[in-house]
Amino acid sequence: MATVDTTFNRRKILRHELIGLYGVVERNLYLTKRYFLWDLAFLLWTIANTLTIVFISRGVDLTAAEQNELATKLLVGGVIWAFLGIIFEIVTETVAWERWEGTIEYTFMAPVSRPVHLIGMGVYAVLYGLVRAAAIFVAVVAFIGIHLPNANYSAAVALLAIASVSFIGVGMMTAVLPLISPEKGTQLGFVAQGLMLVVSGVYYPVQVLPGWMQWIAKISPATYALRGNRDQILNGAGLAWRDVWPLLVIGALSIPVGLVVFKAGERYAKKHGKLKRSG
Amino acid sequence: MSSAAVAVRDLNKVFSRRKGLFQRRRRAALSRVSFEMERGECVAILGQNGSGKSTLVRLLSTLLLPDGGDAHIFGYDVFKEARKVRRLVNRVSVEASFFKKMSAAENLAYAARFYGMGPRETHVKIPIILERVGFPSARRGEAMENLSRGMQQKVALARALLTSPVLLLLDEPTTGLDPRSKQEVQTFIREIRERHDSTILLCTHDMKEAEELADRVGLLDRGELLFLEPVEDVLERYRVETLEEAFFAATGRTFEDEKSEEDEEREVFA
Repeated sequence: MATVDTTFNRRKILRHELIGLYGVVERNLYLTKRYFLWDLAFLLWTIANTLTIVFISRGVDLTAAEQNELATKLLVGGVIWAFLGIIFEIVTETVAWERWEGTIEYTFMAPVSRPVHLIGMGVYAVLYGLVRAAAIFVAVVAFIGIHLPNANYSAAVALLAIASVSFIGVGMMTAVLPLISPEKGTQLGFVAQGLMLVVSGVYYPVQVLPGWMQWIAKISPATYALRGNRDQILNGAGLAWRDVWPLLVIGALSIPVGLVVFKAGERYAKKHGKLKRSG
Repeated sequence: MSSAAVAVRDLNKVFSRRKGLFQRRRRAALSRVSFEMERGECVAILGQNGSGKSTLVRLLSTLLLPDGGDAHIFGYDVFKEARKVRRLVNRVSVEASFFKKMSAAENLAYAARFYGMGPRETHVKIPIILERVGFPSARRGEAMENLSRGMQQKVALARALLTSPVLLLLDEPTTGLDPRSKQEVQTFIREIRERHDSTILLCTHDMKEAEELADRVGLLDRGELLFLEPVEDVLERYRVETLEEAFFAATGRTFEDEKSEEDEEREVFA
């Protein structure tokens, strides 16, 4: 009879966790490949949606240069809305998709830590979200004919990547919702996305908001991503410390808070028998 | 601490659901269940739908938290050392449960990554394990949704075995399968017993299956474990000739008897 290895050591566990993280990214790649045409249709819808916003700039009485500036500001808002939406959607799918497929019990009884599982989903969400955001950006710029002679694209991508840490943290908090309410939890994730963007100045300056909303805007990572990205695309600005440090602080706080919230939700689900395919 | 492969002591689980605005309806899914399993042993737990079999499997899989009692697997506390326990356990349930658009090989690779198996390892092991369960190599790349239930269940067995679990939890693995697929799965379970160092907990409502595959048979009824003994001892104790008669003797009901409202609720809650 073979010997049963029931021992555990840190190095072995760390290797397992890294392979587990790779497994989450790999699985999402498989799913993207299988649902490619659906994803393409969704991308077209998002482009159309962004166009409806950016075309507003063509209907206002402004000079050509002012119209171009307004179109760029609206475009950045639309692209970040789409980027944030994809991150929340994919991270929320940690539970929702697995429940729909019926694999949730197998995944949640597997020996991979929840932070690695959630971060794996977040890593894929950021990679996929960046590719998708770039496609939307290019399509709308080409369609409307926006001129961006000074744009600093590398700084814009870098800032978005830094902001993504906070977005993933908030996504982790919303990912727990389908565990608590299998029927309505996913939709509540979209509520969080909408609320975050409305206070962050998605299509307008934060200064036009009521005072109390401007205060909330200070703790929203989307505020700094939007402000920085607009400056980078319009004026060719680099990574500005005034945008980076709040994102680093919010990111450093939101990931652990997201994990704690998710862990509490998982415990609730285990206590009440909700960690199963039928809910 | 017990040296048993599985040691369950006074395990309780109660489910509650909201009834109206202020009331909650509570049903005990498991009531003070205790038993032990030796390493390499195959134990079958019989019971009707809603008897608590799946609740027991889900508790041992770390998917539920108990309302009382404790459970140890190879000395590790199931509820306090869940991550260690997860490395030792895998399961096959009544629903094969896969990503339907992904292929058998992709689904197995996803499961294997969580158990620390990298691409090089799965590249070698997945074809071998699929061949062992009798899965045609030409269909490895086909989406799961195009496979029959029997074929999907073979992939589920492969998924469980790929991770070399020392405790295999089988929750009605043959329910709903056609006779041929059922026989193939049962043959494979026998093979696991012979070739692997696996301890097997088989939950089923198929008495013949339990009798043929297990060293000991237990009866879980309305959350209570009424007995857990070798089949011969059960038959002798109740002075009957079949497990079905033993069920009647132990519960006062036949296995096919209509379920009470409470039984129905217990089934839904669990």
